[in-house]
Amino acid sequence: MHELSIVLSIVDLAEEQVRKNNAQRVENIELDIGSMAGVEWDALDFAWTAGVKNSVLENAQRQVNRITARARCLQCQHEFEITQPFEPCPACHDYLVEYIQGKELRVKSLTVS
Amino acid sequence: MCSTCGCSQPGGVTITRAGESLSGFTPLNEIKLSPLVQHHHPGDAHTSRVIELEQDILSQNNQQASHNRDHFRQQHIVAFNLVSSPGSGKTSLLERTLIDLQSQYKFYVIEGDQQTMNDANRIARTGVEAVQVNTGKGCHLDAAMIHRALHELNPQDDAILFIENVGNLVCPALFDLGEHSRIAIISVTEGDDKPLKYPDMFASSQLCIINKIDLLPYVNFNVERAKEYARRVNPQLEFIDLSATTGQGMDSWYQWLQRQMATREPELVH
Ligand SMILES: Nc1nc2c(ncn2[C@@H]2O[C@H](COP(=O)(O)OP(=O)(O)OP(=O)(O)O)[C@@H](O)[C@H]2O)c(=O)[nH]1
Ligand SMILES: [Mg+2]
Ligand SMILES: [Zn+2]
Ligand SMILES: [Zn+2]
Ligand SMILES: [Zn+2]
Ligand SMILES: [Zn+2]
Repeated sequence: MHELSIVLSIVDLAEEQVRKNNAQRVENIELDIGSMAGVEWDALDFAWTAGVKNSVLENAQRQVNRITARARCLQCQHEFEITQPFEPCPACHDYLVEYIQGKELRVKSLTVS
Repeated sequence: MCSTCGCSQPGGVTITRAGESLSGFTPLNEIKLSPLVQHHHPGDAHTSRVIELEQDILSQNNQQASHNRDHFRQQHIVAFNLVSSPGSGKTSLLERTLIDLQSQYKFYVIEGDQQTMNDANRIARTGVEAVQVNTGKGCHLDAAMIHRALHELNPQDDAILFIENVGNLVCPALFDLGEHSRIAIISVTEGDDKPLKYPDMFASSQLCIINKIDLLPYVNFNVERAKEYARRVNPQLEFIDLSATTGQGMDSWYQWLQRQMATREPELVH
C-alpha cells in the first residue's frame, strides 16, 4: 500500500504551499501520474480518502492527468506506447528500450485560498 | 523528519536496538497530518491563487536519501539495501555473511519488519550490532527511518551497513534510502517469472541473488529463464546463485562484496 505513502507526501507538499502562501486550504490539486509510475488507481482513490482527512486537502477537488507511457528502442530508435515494463520493441523485438514518458509522479499545480 | 511514509501514522513506526525489550519503544514520529492553523486575513478571504508547482511527489524522500548518502560518504560507510519477497532468505544470508566476514570488516545491520524484534535479535546473536525498525502498517523502509536508525546505531567509520528492507517486492523500489547498491533476492521456491511480475524491483537493483539453490532438484524453477526475464527489465543486472543454508556459492557473493569495497568512490578512500 505505498499509495498511502504517496498521498501523505502530497499532503505534506500541499501543507507547505498553503503555509507559504498564507492560505487556509487547497481548492484544487492537479497531479501528473504516469501509467508506469507504479500507482494503482483504485488503491490511490482508497488511500486518498484516508490520507487527506483533517488536512488542507480534505475538501480539495482532485484532478489526475494520466500520462500514457512511451518508450524508444535503443537499437532501432522506434518510438511506441509501452504498457508493460518488459515489453520488447514492436519493430525489432529488442528489449533495450528507454522511457520517454510514463514514470511521472508529481504535483503539477495547486489552487489555494 | 519522516515525511514520505505512510507508516508514520499514530501507532506507527518504532526503532529499537537488538536486545532491548519491545516496551522500550519510542514512536519515530508523532506529528503527521497536523491540522492547519486557521488564521484569517479579512481582506482576502475569497481570493484563490494558482501555484504551478511541478514538484516530484517523492522529492522529500529523495532529499532525505541524499542527506543519508552524505553521512555515509563522510564516514566511509558502504550501505546495501536488501529487497525481496517475505521469506526469500535475507536474514539467513546476512547471518552467514556476518559470521564469515566479521574478522575482515566492521558491520552494522538495520532490520525492517512490520512487527517483532526477531530479525534484529537473530543478527545480534552473530555479535553484530543491529537495530530493528518496526513499520507497523507500513510496507517499506524510507530514508527518514534509516536516518533515525543510523543515529541510534552511531556507527564507526569504514563500516559496511546492511539494510534488510521489509519483505515486499513492490514499494521498496520507489524509496531511495541513500544506499550504495540495492540487492534483490529471489529464492527458487518462488516463480521464475518474478522479475516480470515485479519489474521495478529488478530494474532498480544492481545485483540479483538467487537463493536456496540447494532446493533446485525439488522445485520447478528455471534459473536461466529467471535471469533472462530479469535482464529484459535490467540489462546491467549482475547475478549470484547461492544457498544461504549450505553455503554453496557464498564465495562469489563475498568476492562481489570485496569488489564493491575496492571500487568505492574515490573520496571514500583514505
Ligand atoms: N533450503 C533453504 N532454506 C533457506 C535458505 N535460506 C533461507 N532458508 C529458509 O527460508 C526461511 C526464511 O528465511 P529468512 O532468512 O528468515 O528469510 P527473510 O527473507 O529474512 O524473511 P522475512 O524477513 O520474513 O521477509 C527460513 O526457514 C530459512 O531457514 C536456503 O538457502 N536454502
Ligand atoms: Mg528477515
Ligand atoms: Zn527496435
Ligand atoms: Zn515513516
Ligand atoms: Zn510501502
Ligand atoms: Zn543527519
